[in-house]
This record gives sequence, structure tokens and C-alpha cells, in this order.
Amino acid sequence: MSSATVILAGAVFSVTALGFVAARWGRPDLSNLEQWALGGRNFGTIVSWFLLGGDLYTAYTFIAVPALVYGVGALGFFAVPYATIAYPIALVVLARFWSVARRRGYLTTADFVRDRYGDRSLEVAIALTGVVAAMPYIALQLVGMRAVFAQFTSLGAEGSLAALTVAFVLLAGYTYTSGLRAPALIAFVKDTLIYVTVVAAVVVIPARLGGWGHVFALSEAALARRPHPTSIYLRPAQFFTYATMAFGSALSLFIYPHSITSVLAARSRGVVRRNAALLPIYSLLLGLLALLGYCAVAAGIQTRDATNVVPLLFARYFPQWFDGIAASAVVIGALVPAAIMCIGAANLFASNVFREFSSERPAVETIVAKLLTVATCACALLFVFFVPVPYAIDFQLLGGALMLQIFPAFVLGLWTRWFHPKALLAGWAGGLIASCAMAYASGFSSSYTLHLRGGSVTGLIAFYSLVLNLVVSAALTLVLGAANYAAGVDRTTAADYA
Amino acid sequence: MRRAWYALLILPFAGTLIPPLYNHAVPALFGMPFFYWYQLAWIPVTAVLLGVVVLLTRKAGDV
Repeated sequence: MSSATVILAGAVFSVTALGFVAARWGRPDLSNLEQWALGGRNFGTIVSWFLLGGDLYTAYTFIAVPALVYGVGALGFFAVPYATIAYPIALVVLARFWSVARRRGYLTTADFVRDRYGDRSLEVAIALTGVVAAMPYIALQLVGMRAVFAQFTSLGAEGSLAALTVAFVLLAGYTYTSGLRAPALIAFVKDTLIYVTVVAAVVVIPARLGGWGHVFALSEAALARRPHPTSIYLRPAQFFTYATMAFGSALSLFIYPHSITSVLAARSRGVVRRNAALLPIYSLLLGLLALLGYCAVAAGIQTRDATNVVPLLFARYFPQWFDGIAASAVVIGALVPAAIMCIGAANLFASNVFREFSSERPAVETIVAKLLTVATCACALLFVFFVPVPYAIDFQLLGGALMLQIFPAFVLGLWTRWFHPKALLAGWAGGLIASCAMAYASGFSSSYTLHLRGGSVTGLIAFYSLVLNLVVSAALTLVLGAANYAAGVDRTTAADYA
Repeated sequence: MRRAWYALLILPFAGTLIPPLYNHAVPALFGMPFFYWYQLAWIPVTAVLLGVVVLLTRKAGDV
């Protein structure tokens, strides 16, 4: 066995032990859903910083962003404005949501929607959107892990799949046992490894290639020579695409169930607010990592599967033992968000779908959530076994567009009860259908070209669908209001949001 | 009005969502074209703006 394989195996088994030990952190009663799923809502600034960083900046992000820059040039750098403006949005939206969630005891966005609008169909729609969007996201974490197993170890394709299964069964085991405390504790290891790896990479690799000036010059020349030429600058036609990609992605980042789960685990509103200002440190890391895509272009790395760009770059410039560290960073970096995504999806299903069809018994609810977490893990694993990787990526892109369709009901709902719940439901459905249609018509791209009177404009599908969603929601609200159609009961009060 | 400080948070949007403002090579910094270092620079600037807003809009319960 290679030294990289030994280090990787050691890392996976160590964090597994950590995951099980986490059940004893603070001696909680884990049959209580708030204890199991939200760590007792008691994480301070530092734990939350590691947890949210470990949750939002997934291993797949660290593989996919440089791969995109490698593939499409400047357009791929949209991840940087995205990861910048997400935080002003987070500060405003999440602090308010945290307050009302703590006051009223919510575990999910759909809990809030039920209370705010008194409409069960809207609640179930919001919950199912989260579950559907989370599944391909979890699957992509596994794809990232598999790429690393195949690249850095002597396992081969079949062995990688076996290793993946072992890692994921262990993940299901400690998540079932310890709940959110497991990824919270493992996040410390994950983030430390990621920082070490990325800092080493952005210091060593550009220097070996003759400095940034050289990297950009070589990239510009190499991208121009490609069969489909691209550039390190945007074409004017890409301005709108770039801006909508950054803006639309930033709007949806914090409404994913895994983001919400981590945010609600914070001890206080102050913890959420402080983290909005502290988390951008991770964005800086992501931005520098994105530029490794150009390092790969400049280094002349050729690969048909862009997800291999980062592993290949590491294999070329680092000794084998450090590849083991980098591989561990990616694998553990996938396990942390995967665990939180499973918990988030299971919470939605247990609290907002299952509970609607059974009597409210908290103890049973916890068992359901725990079993559903295991079921979600199993589904994601099957997804990876049977769905080819490009489809997993397509589904994840589509999932992002679907996720954004809860924005009017959830985010705008935090400030206004003006919208009619049935109008929001219709807007949501319209946004969903439009997203699927545009995704299908564009061959599952994240953006779609609208043709208007001779001109054409390409923008993020999620963004177009959200605009349609808002228009439908507003128009129908006016119609239903004029018809005096009952608008449901709002059980929250102004004081709940303070 | 302490809430007026939140208006500072419009700056990162204005600074990053209008690509024609920064889609060029010069001035470069450490060999990095303007397009890249300008957008990277917005990350710490935004973090500082957020820090200022968080501090200046604190309420009694925000511990």
C-alpha cells in the first residue's frame, strides 16, 4: 500500500471514532430531536464557524470550482462574487430567521412556513423541495470522494467503490448515533486539513510555474487555442450570465436544508451575526483555489473528466505523503456536509411530511428522523452506483434552481405576510416547471438563453424561474385578495422576529 | 437610526455584480490581472463592512 492510502485510511477511521465519541459531547439526551438534530441549539461562535465552514464549502466545491475555471475560463470565477455577496444576505435573512425559529421552536424552513401561512400544502411543497434538492448534492459529495479514492490510492475503480461504501456506512452509523454533534466535531479536522492543503497549494504550485503573471499569460494563450476558445476575461455577452450566476447562487446558498440546520444549531442570534462577518475567510480560500484551475491549464494538464483537474495537479506537484493529506482533506470534506445534508433532509421529512400524516409524538419523530437519515445515506449511495456522474451534476444544478423557488414563501415571508399562500404555491409550481423546462431545453446547463426581439440574453435558470415565481405569486395574490379568498392564519407575531 | 448602517451592505453588490467595471487586465497586482485581484479584494472588504454593521447594529439580546 502507498503512503497516501495509509494516511487516507487512518484519517477516515480516526474521524469515525470522533463521530461516535461526539454522542457524549455535553452528555445530551439524544432521544430529543432538538438535541440529536440541532446539537441542542447550543453551538457558540467558534464551533458554528467550523461547522458552517465545513458545511457550505464542501469537498465538491473544492473540486468543481477549479475544474470550472479550467473548463470555461473567466465565467467560472463567478464563485468568488457569489461567495462574497452571500454573506450580506446571510446577515439580514438568517439572523431574523434564527430569532423566530428559536422563539417558536422551528427545526426547518417548512416549520416556519406552516406557522406563518397556516397552509399545509405549502408546507409540504417547501419540505419536499428541500429533500429533492439535497439528494443530488449528497450524491456529488460521494462523486468527489470516489474521484479521490481512484486517483490517490492503489484501489482501482472497483476498490474505490468498495472504499466509498465502507466510508458511507461508517458515516451513516455515527450520524445515526450522534446526530449533528458528529459533523460538528469532525468539522474541526476537516477545516484544518483543508486550510493546510489549500495554503500549501497556492503557495507552492504558482511559484513552481513561474509566478501568477506567467500562469495567466500561459492560460490566456492556451484557452484561445482550444477547439471552443475561451478567455481569462468575460465577453460582453457573458456579463449578464456572470452577474445572475453570482446573484442567484448567493440567494439560494442559505436556504438549502443543510445550511439552515447548521444555522439553527447556533446558541444565539449574536453567533449567527458574528459568523456572517467571519465566514468570508473561507471564501478567500475558495477564490485562491479557483485560480488553481489556471495553474492546471498553464501546467498543460490534459483530462477529459474535469473533476480530475485538482487531484492531477496535486499528484504532479506534491510528494506522495502530502497527497495523502490532500486526499484526506477532500474525503473528510465530503463526509461533513454529507452528514449535515442527510440530517437536514431527514428533518424536513420527519417534521413536515411524516408529521402531517401521523399524530405528534416527539419520541417517535426522533426515531423517524434517525432512520430517515440512514435511508437518505442509502439512497445517495445507490444514486452514485446507478446514475452516471454527468447526470448527478445535472441534477444538482437543477436542484439549485428548484431550491431557489422557496425564496418568496420563506425569505420574503420573514418580512411580509402580504402574499397569499395559494398564490405562493402557484408561483412555486410555476418556477419549478419553468426550471425543468429550461434545464431540459438547454441540455441541463445552469443557464438559458432567452431570445427577445432579435437580441438574446443568457442568464441563470434559477434566476429566471425566480422572477416568474415572483410575478405569479404577486399577480395571484391580487386576484385572490380581490376575490376575498381565505388566506390562512398567521400564528407568528411581530415580537417573534425581534 | 442604527438600522441605516445596513445600507453599507449594498456596496459589495454594486462592486461585484457589474462586470464591465472590472473586466480588464490593468492595473495588475503580483502578476494577477485586475479582473481577479479586484474581485478577490471584495471578500475582505465585505467582511470588514459586515463586521462594522454587526457591531453598530447590536441589540441587547445579541450576546
